[in-house]
Amino acid sequence: MGDYQQRVILAKLGLDGHDRGIKVVARILRDAGMEVIYLGLRQTAASIVAAAEEEDADAIGLSMHNAGHLTLGPKMASALSDAGMDIPLIIGGIVPDEDVEELMSAGIAAVLGPGASAEEVVATVQDAISARDEA
Amino acid sequence: MTSSSDSSKELFERAVKGERRSLGRLLTSIERGGNEAEIIAGLAHQVSGNTHVVGITGAPGSGKSTLTGRLLKLFSEAGEKLAVLAVDPSSPLTGGAILGDRIRMDDLAGEESFIRSMATRGHSGGLALAVPAAIQLFDAAGYEPVIIETVGVGQVEVDVAGAADTTVVVVTPGMGDAVQANKAGLLEVADIFVVNKSDRPGANDARRDLELMLDLGHVSGLEQITGYRPPIIMANSLDGTGAEEVLGAIKSHAEYLHNSGTIHNRQKERLVKEIQNRIELLIGLTADGVLKSELGNRHITQVLDRKISPAEAAKSIVRLLLKD
Amino acid sequence: MGSEENQKLNAREAWELDYQKASIRDDNFETMSGVPVDPVYGDDLFPGQYPYTRGIYPSMYRSRLWTMRMFAGFGTAEDTNLRFKELLRNGGTGLSTAFDMPTLMGRDSDSEWALGEVGRAGVAVDTLADMEDLFAEIDLSTVSTSMTINGPAATLLAMYVAVAEQNGVSPNQLAGTIQNDILKEYQAQKEYIYPPRPSMRIITDMVKYTTAEMPKWHPISISGYHIREAGSTAAQELAFTLANGFSYVEAAIAAGQNVNEFGKRLSFFFNSHSDFFEEIGKFRAARRIWARWMKERYGATDEKAMLCRFHTQTAGVSLTAQQPEINIARVGIQALAAALGGTQSLHTDSFDEALALPTEDAARIALRTQQIVAHETGVVNVADPLGGSPYVEWMTDEMERQAEAIFAHLDDLGNGSILEGTFNGIENGYFVGEIADAAYRFEREVNSGRRIIVGVNEFTDGDNPENRNLLRIGAETEEYQLKRLNDVKSKRNQEHVNEALSEITAVANDPTRNLMPAIIDAVKTYATEEEIANAMEVVFGTYVEKAIV
Repeated sequence: MGDYQQRVILAKLGLDGHDRGIKVVARILRDAGMEVIYLGLRQTAASIVAAAEEEDADAIGLSMHNAGHLTLGPKMASALSDAGMDIPLIIGGIVPDEDVEELMSAGIAAVLGPGASAEEVVATVQDAISARDEA
Repeated sequence: MTSSSDSSKELFERAVKGERRSLGRLLTSIERGGNEAEIIAGLAHQVSGNTHVVGITGAPGSGKSTLTGRLLKLFSEAGEKLAVLAVDPSSPLTGGAILGDRIRMDDLAGEESFIRSMATRGHSGGLALAVPAAIQLFDAAGYEPVIIETVGVGQVEVDVAGAADTTVVVVTPGMGDAVQANKAGLLEVADIFVVNKSDRPGANDARRDLELMLDLGHVSGLEQITGYRPPIIMANSLDGTGAEEVLGAIKSHAEYLHNSGTIHNRQKERLVKEIQNRIELLIGLTADGVLKSELGNRHITQVLDRKISPAEAAKSIVRLLLKD
Repeated sequence: MGSEENQKLNAREAWELDYQKASIRDDNFETMSGVPVDPVYGDDLFPGQYPYTRGIYPSMYRSRLWTMRMFAGFGTAEDTNLRFKELLRNGGTGLSTAFDMPTLMGRDSDSEWALGEVGRAGVAVDTLADMEDLFAEIDLSTVSTSMTINGPAATLLAMYVAVAEQNGVSPNQLAGTIQNDILKEYQAQKEYIYPPRPSMRIITDMVKYTTAEMPKWHPISISGYHIREAGSTAAQELAFTLANGFSYVEAAIAAGQNVNEFGKRLSFFFNSHSDFFEEIGKFRAARRIWARWMKERYGATDEKAMLCRFHTQTAGVSLTAQQPEINIARVGIQALAAALGGTQSLHTDSFDEALALPTEDAARIALRTQQIVAHETGVVNVADPLGGSPYVEWMTDEMERQAEAIFAHLDDLGNGSILEGTFNGIENGYFVGEIADAAYRFEREVNSGRRIIVGVNEFTDGDNPENRNLLRIGAETEEYQLKRLNDVKSKRNQEHVNEALSEITAVANDPTRNLMPAIIDAVKTYATEEEIANAMEVVFGTYVEKAIV
């Protein structure tokens, strides 16, 4: 498997408006041949779940810059699992290393810190999708 | 894929009962094409033919997504459960795409509506097959109306939008937008024109240009045959001016189609077109196969040896194939 | 030849007269080795002379150093109040407030949108009670305060006025700046509430109010900082920012304001990034362009209304999470560029900001960094010390050329109005598209290794992620703030609140009335920020950005 057009949702959850990173990531994934469904700013867990259903997304990427990741990340993960959706959730932005473990144990598939290269971004998304597909 | 355990038929049954996730998964299969897509389209076809299909197209930056958003709101407020297929081009270099149309629609669509983003994925044949199948699927799942939004740049996009029951073409003032649209073949498929950004200088000129083209019969040849003249609506999708009128025009056009019986022609044309597309695809695939077969090799050798021409080879192969 | 010679003499003579009138700091103005230096070198154009390329004052830092204004804000109002007092004790000369995201977006701490964001990236302010805590035991008649807020700026300004009044300080004594630059929100920072046109109405009301009541207040800080942080080039930062400035000027003139009056009270906020000479050229070009446009296009006759005064912050986006301590060097170089560019005030970033909010130690080091530039390097002794350098002059001209090309585009988009061109550029995605393109180009260069970022794609040894001391804002902030908000709501007179809110809606519906008095009355009833925002939202609507990636 894996040889199909991957569809990835990118969104900003909550009020945080820093969208430089997520826009760059959108282009990186597009240039890696993926289809990016860009939801933009001010999304809620419910609006992301609804979009993921309609778009049949293979992965969801959230960008967070406001130190709210420990609250909002797990909230999004549980919204997905409450909806019975097995879609890998990847968080990027300003996330200190020491928070990564807590996020992973809350069901987040991967965390991309500041300064991740394009190759790391693409590989992280692809790995998260393959891990889900093989599960 | 986790979906491999669910057969398309099961998913289809659930989608028809209103389960959105199943519908989402089926749309993915349809986009991927192949056997599964044919099975799904076949299931949907049996129970479709009820919904009204609205195509909305225009040049990039014409404000058609915002107008679509406005229409979504009006339809939703009127209690309609509608579906939107937002088609955007894939990157010709990488095959990837950034699909952002939902942003302008999400807040406006009611809870019941369904929005799906679709990339053109380079190969025109794919889109030409996937869009009608998606329409049938939405139709089967009870969505009414189904709105197809495309950028009116390429022939395929124009064909896709033009295959709707009612096609809305959005132009903007200035820079001879209407003339450009005419070149792209957009004007010929229009049932309704919208001059968006009507507060801009040149909006009245754009309207006049369109009137003139209609008068001269340069566009929408329908008028001469049927007497239906596409209305031209001045709109400003930012503040919502004209959106109600567009909605009214869509409804009037739908009534016209039904009262005149033209709707059956439209639906027939759409299905015939789909059959044609599928024939072309099948023949294309067959051609690929044949050229790699023993039969193909024999013909190729003869062409290389200058014994027969490429045209003769093609005719001979088709004749042999059609015998089967 | 002779007359040219005369003009040069006259320019110098005029400058000398101005310089003699200026009060000069008690300092030696000599090099470390004891060599005395002149206040300025060169013989063409002098600081304090139109078009002010070389600085807005004849004596520049010989009269007054730049204001060392450190942006602070986290947790509760009380937490930030302690940090403010600490900064003032440490020799900081101005306060700068960072609000948390819900406050910036006009949402209360108990809004569902606020979950996880209360007090995280700045201080939470819901009602006047929080503002009272924020400025407790600080004499508002002597400090200058900067508030970084845009969408709900009118409400926060109203709260500041109300707190001052409680302490017997009248609005005309209040000195400071409120960012209030909504246009760049649509272009870069994305903290908007209402659509652009109603937002401009609120801003015009604030300009009218402050012009009449608060002569020492800067009602808009036209900010390129966030445009640059969002990924623009230096020239785009320059051009978009000044174009936004022109837009506010056009709106104020259209509202019947006198360009000489409000022009004096506009100020700017730029980014200081790592390309040293490009930044200096940008600062110099900004002054020249602004003066020319104010004079030639908008008819300003008072020289003070032509001055581009600006605050500078070092580039947060240049800070790396890898080997964060090396950011101290970046900040030092960027601070030096700002000083050489003639800034009026400066915030230096803390080295740990790529990882989290600054710790107290990191904020102290950042302040010390600019103190080194001010007190040890000698760059403050001579105004515009790089002026006349062929490279710096060329770079200044080049920045101006690129900016003028962008103004021409906007002028065209707006059929002769920069304001309309800017509205149209927001609507059609011009600004966000240009910024996203520039950001992506930069990322590709870094990614391909064509652009070296020390510690990120080269020289990566020595990173020690285990050994980091980060500021954490615990959940207790959120709990505290929710309790505080509840208390305030339970004690206030709800009838007064409702009346005040209805009045805001009524004024919002009537473009001939000014919103400020109604908002000031409402904050005094302890109406919340969100209640006030909603009272206007019912009239103005909300804004959703189009997807241009």
